[in-house]
Amino acid sequence: MIRAALFSKDTGGGILLILLLLAAVLVPAANLALDPGSPLYVSTYTMALVGKYLCYALLAISVDLVWGYLGILTLGHGAFFALGGYAMGMYLMRQIGPRGVYGNPLLPDFMVFLNWHHLPWFWHGFNWFWFAALMVVLVPGLLALTFGWFTFRSRVGGVYLSIMTQALTYALMLAFFRNEMGFGGNNGLTDFKDILGFPLQADTTRAGLFTASALALAGGYLACRFITASRLGRVCRAIRDQEDRVRFLGYRVENAKLWVFTFSAMLAGIAGALYVPQVGIINPTEFSPLASIEIVIWVAVGGRSTLYGAVVGALMVNYAKSFLTAAMPDAWLFCLGGLFVLVTLFLPDGVVGLLRRRTRRTGPRPDILPAAPGEETP
Amino acid sequence: MTMLDTMRSYMRRDQVFEFLIPDTPPDLDLTHGMILYLEGITVSFDGFKAIDDLNLYIRDGELRCIIGPNGAGKTTMMDIITGKTRPDAGSAWFGQQINLLKMSEPEIARAGIGRKFQKPTVFGRHTVIENLELAMAGDRRVWSTLVARLDGEQRDRIDEILDLVGLSEMVRIRAGSLSHGQKQWLEIGMLLAQNPKLLLVDEPVAGMTGQEMERTAELLTSLAGSRTVVVVEHDMDFVRSIARTVTVLHQGRVLAEGDMDEIQNDQRVIDVYLGD
Repeated sequence: MIRAALFSKDTGGGILLILLLLAAVLVPAANLALDPGSPLYVSTYTMALVGKYLCYALLAISVDLVWGYLGILTLGHGAFFALGGYAMGMYLMRQIGPRGVYGNPLLPDFMVFLNWHHLPWFWHGFNWFWFAALMVVLVPGLLALTFGWFTFRSRVGGVYLSIMTQALTYALMLAFFRNEMGFGGNNGLTDFKDILGFPLQADTTRAGLFTASALALAGGYLACRFITASRLGRVCRAIRDQEDRVRFLGYRVENAKLWVFTFSAMLAGIAGALYVPQVGIINPTEFSPLASIEIVIWVAVGGRSTLYGAVVGALMVNYAKSFLTAAMPDAWLFCLGGLFVLVTLFLPDGVVGLLRRRTRRTGPRPDILPAAPGEETP
Repeated sequence: MTMLDTMRSYMRRDQVFEFLIPDTPPDLDLTHGMILYLEGITVSFDGFKAIDDLNLYIRDGELRCIIGPNGAGKTTMMDIITGKTRPDAGSAWFGQQINLLKMSEPEIARAGIGRKFQKPTVFGRHTVIENLELAMAGDRRVWSTLVARLDGEQRDRIDEILDLVGLSEMVRIRAGSLSHGQKQWLEIGMLLAQNPKLLLVDEPVAGMTGQEMERTAELLTSLAGSRTVVVVEHDMDFVRSIARTVTVLHQGRVLAEGDMDEIQNDQRVIDVYLGD
């Protein structure tokens, strides 16, 4: 009777996937094949911007997986995103080769500038794409595994866990700001030339990165949907609602949390890796606590526990950010804060929840009854 | 040479690495006919002794009722058995082999002790059938739950339980919107799905109508024998209808133990509990 069919009862997700696949084909086509004068032409700038949003959307999905389904309010997911980004950045730095300002064939510019003579040990291997790609998932994954191992086993939860995730990303930010760390200090990694031999400034490469981001988002959505529709997903939601009761049913809560959290961190790492070549820079501000809190706002605005709501939220808030920081730069942070307050007060289920309520009013679905009073509030 | 030996021992094909052996507790050993031993258990909260040198033995297949005034330590005792609270002193054994004080809550649950809470605790945002699915006995590891599907046998079992607890018509309804009595039934159903050897049932009939109470009594009596049932209850009529052996707790100790008639005529029990 319980069928984990991926698309049953998931209209929103189905629409999202179709749109993503269409965008993955049509946007690059509109950029490459159409004449710049054509009304349907998509400029390279727009394509890169939307590509960036898609990476944010993947990051938002990874946060929704642990916050919406597992009840872990993570305020440090930016750390995993940035680590994935740094792994990709290191590969891109090594690809520059002798084309840097100082022309050193082995050392990136900032190392020459710091008078270093050897490549630090952790920079070895990043000249291979496969190695960097592996690190993109392994480094965030291992950090999440270690962090989760200590916190979930000692049953740290709620606001304390949120504070610890915040401290984690803050500590990493301070560390990455130091020149001695060997990651370019506060300038970070930038001035990239090409990826896999394709020049980063070329429209075709940009189009390829856009398609890769759209497909990664679709894949990430499917993977998360697979988890949340499985019995493990139901265990996760049970943990979110009543952790103790799940223990008395014989499930090891800490293990479920640990693996889902680790998977989510890996997903965030992939998002970061796709983000860096599209924006052309990675620096320690990506680790800033504020950045991680923003992700949570995206998810809250879009709607928790739906996955596609996180995508909607990430796209909407970031579009608003791009628009407002250009139109009224000083007002943006007030808008963001105000948005969060408004959503918390009036839209507990986010924009998606609002739409759902509308459709439910027109055609009630017998299988999903509204929860009893007092159950709905998250 | 020793290094070589170590190497060899690692290469042996007839053995498995220790860390690969799943740490399942030893099987339930009931050779002496006793399923639960609580000896000398003492728990205090901020100096107040909730349980004071409690000794309690439950025979395999027994249906035991535990009564006592509020604050007698009934729920604390269940917390100790299920691993939620650790006693300051004493020992708790499940069968001859399983030391409950060394195990976590999930390990105890998997070893075969199921619990129904005083306040019905079902997963309100899961449907009725999802609640039962989560409780269903089976492999609880992360990967197994990720790929788990209900097989035909489990499905039949769930249907059977749904029939038994009278919720067949409500499989797709969220448990949070059930009535209080229906939640009680659902939690009993979850306990059955878990298929434990020892059932700890805390106030099963609170909020039930007389008819529902009768059905619960019937169900619990039918379970005894193949399983062991420990019921904590306030409702004396209900206790009278199912009890064979009754234990009276008072101030964290066993005050009296015996069949219902003996208990009702015991002067000490009358003084502390039944009298008022």
